[in-house]
Amino acid sequence: MRNGRTIRFRSPVLIEATAATGGVKECEGPLGKYFDYCLKDDLLGQKSHELAEIKMHIGTIKRLLNKTKLKISDIDFCFAGDLMDEIEGASLTMRDFDVGFFGLYNACSTFAEALILGATMLDAGHASRVICSTSSHFCTAERQYRFPLEYGSQRPPLAQWTVTGSGATMLNKRFGKVAVVSATVGRVVDYGVTDTNDMGAAMAPAARDTLLNHLANTDSRPEDYDLIATGDLGEAGSHLMRLLMREEGIELGERYVDCGALIFNRVAQDVGQGGSGAACSATVFNGYLHRKMTEGMYRRVLLIPTGALLSKTSALQGESIPGIAHAVCFERVE
Amino acid sequence: MNEPNKEYLELVRREMPRSKHLKTMFRAFWVGGAICCLGQAISDLYTLWLSDSDPDRIQTLTTLTLIALSAILTGFGVYDKIGAYGGAGSIVPITGFANSVVSPAIEHKREGVILGLCTNIFSVAGPVIVFGISSSIVVGLIVLIFKGAFQG
Repeated sequence: MRNGRTIRFRSPVLIEATAATGGVKECEGPLGKYFDYCLKDDLLGQKSHELAEIKMHIGTIKRLLNKTKLKISDIDFCFAGDLMDEIEGASLTMRDFDVGFFGLYNACSTFAEALILGATMLDAGHASRVICSTSSHFCTAERQYRFPLEYGSQRPPLAQWTVTGSGATMLNKRFGKVAVVSATVGRVVDYGVTDTNDMGAAMAPAARDTLLNHLANTDSRPEDYDLIATGDLGEAGSHLMRLLMREEGIELGERYVDCGALIFNRVAQDVGQGGSGAACSATVFNGYLHRKMTEGMYRRVLLIPTGALLSKTSALQGESIPGIAHAVCFERVE
Repeated sequence: MNEPNKEYLELVRREMPRSKHLKTMFRAFWVGGAICCLGQAISDLYTLWLSDSDPDRIQTLTTLTLIALSAILTGFGVYDKIGAYGGAGSIVPITGFANSVVSPAIEHKREGVILGLCTNIFSVAGPVIVFGISSSIVVGLIVLIFKGAFQG
């Protein structure tokens, strides 16, 4: 059933299993103990960081399969993406798996895009089991969007730290304690922010737009959710998000968090405003939030991964940064 | 809806944290100063060791030593930490320039020597080289014209 940009799945779409891999710094952070696997170093014995990211992504999907004792032939489709040019990371990852593959890009909100499309595929009856996954790596993102790793530059105060990690979710229609009940597809919102270091400000309006849209279309209020989590607005960006929602007369209060702020000890780990990247919401959800939902700490969670849809070229040509955010609502199955 | 939203940009300007200028300037000052002192010390040592040498040679040797030091520290992953702390203090001296050439070279070696390393080695330092060369041409021309004018 669809209401505006919100899809409410007719039949239950359940999370069969999740897997999350964290990098060295991520595992030193507050959520480190929730990841299924922690990298010992950033290169994983590969000759480039790109290959390391791919190996990490492959490892995450394999761990997901091991957890459920399934083989890749039991999976109908994979929905995956990352941040490397032409989503080369996800594409090369899928070389190792004999499965129908949708390569996706919505910057750091790709994980939500994958979940929405995967759930829709299941709901429509075209698949019985799908995997949705994303990855990102600090070192591949840094060289692509900013400077070489060894270049001695100062990080501006608004900069965020790309999460090294990968998260994967297996969706099906029969097993699982957590259901994907509804989702709101984001639209591109651009308020004219041009500072490429200030992703939080570029994405906050998109997050507000999607949240308001979701609340209106599902006739719900923030109080109806145990947790509302944006993807990677960071500390300063989530402060903006609160202010923007206040303008609409909605107080987000304690139930609102940001995955980018959760994943690191922001000041102690010197990560600027917090984590970012396609793996930010994916590792936080697949490692931490899903577990907390199955344990019963949260019953209803609204995850809103946010993405800044810029490229290095568009930024150099003076284009402002378009933001996007997709909302996915999870409920614990009682 | 997707026009620049002045109200929002004003909110961002007002609410987002900004650089702590006093702190960053102080760090840049002492880090930059320390690098220059090191340069002076190297220069003095060379003068001591090569007592018969002329000042130009000492100067060139000092510059080369600083460049070599910076390149080695970049290779060992130390210079980026100095840069993260010192900001402009470590970018402005010649050591910063060496770092900006060596770091992309290390990074792009994986894409091959010709198309990776050689193509990208000046990806950070390129503008400095362009401005350095073109401004020296302009200054050279000015000197030429004025010298010509005054010497008849």
